[in-house]
Amino acid sequence: MIKYNNMELMITIAARQLEDGAVVLVGTGVPCAAAMLAQLTSSPNLTIMFEAGGIAPLLQTMPISVGDSRTTYKAIKATTMAEIMELCQAGIVDYCFLGGAQIDRYGNLNSTVIGDYKKPKTRFPGSGGANDLASLCWRTMVVTPQNKKRFVNKIDFVTTPGYLEGGNSREKVGLPKNTGPYKVITDIGVYGYHPETKQMMLLSLHPGATIDNVKDNTEFEMIIPDKYETTKEPTEEELTILREKVDPNKVIIGRS
Amino acid sequence: MPGDIFTEIDNDVMRAFFRNKKKRLVDKTTTAAEAVRKYLKDGDYLAIGGFGGVRIPTALIHEVLRQHRKDLGFSGHVSTFDCQMLAAGSCFDRCDAAYVVGLEARGLSRASRKLFESGNLKVTEWSNGALAWRFKAAAMGLSYLPIRSMLGTDTFKYSAAKIIECPFTGKKMGAVPALYPDVAFIHVHRADVYGNCQIDGIIVADDDIAKASKAVIITTEKIVSNDDIRKEPNRTIIPFWCVDAVVEVPYGSYPGNMPGLYYSDEAHIAEWLASESDEAKFKEFLDRNIYSCKDFDEYLKKNGGTKKMEELKKLEHLK
Repeated sequence: MIKYNNMELMITIAARQLEDGAVVLVGTGVPCAAAMLAQLTSSPNLTIMFEAGGIAPLLQTMPISVGDSRTTYKAIKATTMAEIMELCQAGIVDYCFLGGAQIDRYGNLNSTVIGDYKKPKTRFPGSGGANDLASLCWRTMVVTPQNKKRFVNKIDFVTTPGYLEGGNSREKVGLPKNTGPYKVITDIGVYGYHPETKQMMLLSLHPGATIDNVKDNTEFEMIIPDKYETTKEPTEEELTILREKVDPNKVIIGRS
Repeated sequence: MPGDIFTEIDNDVMRAFFRNKKKRLVDKTTTAAEAVRKYLKDGDYLAIGGFGGVRIPTALIHEVLRQHRKDLGFSGHVSTFDCQMLAAGSCFDRCDAAYVVGLEARGLSRASRKLFESGNLKVTEWSNGALAWRFKAAAMGLSYLPIRSMLGTDTFKYSAAKIIECPFTGKKMGAVPALYPDVAFIHVHRADVYGNCQIDGIIVADDDIAKASKAVIITTEKIVSNDDIRKEPNRTIIPFWCVDAVVEVPYGSYPGNMPGLYYSDEAHIAEWLASESDEAKFKEFLDRNIYSCKDFDEYLKKNGGTKKMEELKKLEHLK
């Protein structure tokens, strides 16, 4: 049996979502590791972008900032933040990866405040580029540990749009057609969204995880369909590349 | 509950201002202390170029603290370490916030959070794209730009954006007001004495910020000749008429990263973050690194000087 930790599992699953030829906008940490892994395995023609202006680098080392010089190592273009967002707005970017302090059943994300907005209990950074990316990229993916504090009924602040109130509410407010949350990858399973209601639903359970784990770690009611898969474990090849080439210093995979 | 607009948005007012800006090629070199004294007043609205911990004008930010500027407005488009420095000096009382209090993968700044959680700050929410487009609208001489992000969210609700209808398709869009800062600080790789600037690597929003701001102070790694600029005119990101002051500051982005030259000093930034956990320790840290230093050079020397910079150069080039 292959041994791996949760972080390695989540990165591997995230990497597998990125087909060859896709364009992905990533941040630092897990998303960046996933994009690097995809580029070194199944998707050599993956175009990686960073919101601060880096386009199509051949990543050698994990950046600390989405604007640092690692994001333009052997890149094809170094540009402006406006141009990156304009590329998203023009429909060029297939995927983005986001995180947040809270997520609800429609994939709306909070990274602004916990508590009352005017005098918050905790102030987080705010949208950064997250709102733009989730509004404008075709498919939004979230990679996050799953627990009841994070997967909540009502988020304190809608920083970044998921499916808003479900159904066709994204289009109603003017967000681009056919965009929105695509998958949520956690340490328990992989989730998608119901085609009509746009509520989060289980797609696959990780090996060893149970439906009770899902329920115990989600405040809202997760849709559990009759049929769901078991997540395919990371292969030995994926793990070797992840450990030796993507994150040899265990900056990300060591966090598990 | 929309947020406030902190700056002028009437583009005719701004056109009249820019008409009167001096457009002669004159030597604008000065010192960081002098430039901040002359161009940044209490209450002004400040925009900072670069990307938080990348290509930041540290020398000018330190001067803001040393000269005890107060009640500034501040635009926080991924302002990480720059926001942290200004928060440490309690220099601003209003903020256009797209990304504040955090330092990306490094974690969150306790001291900046305390300021944002105090309720004493006027904050208007934006996304990074929205702020970039606000600068762009100003650089284009417009009073707003239509955008397709922020719609349907609390970020929109607490911003000062509005909903408009496209006059051609009838589709709903957001409209973000132009942002014309009073003063901008931008650090660049090369500039001539007139303020013509070249930047290597990502531009972030600095081309638009320079065109949008009433006054621009440039710090540059190196002053080059006007001939050098004219050899490759396609490389000029900021032209002279935008610029009011030019200060040569080698290693001026320290402890931030300067693309192609040196990497960030993560140990120093981590020390700053850790010092914030204890008030006395934090005060001592700020005194040692900012308030007791006569200039940026002294700060750099205290933190390893050229020897440290040689290490950071190697790190930048993955050696």
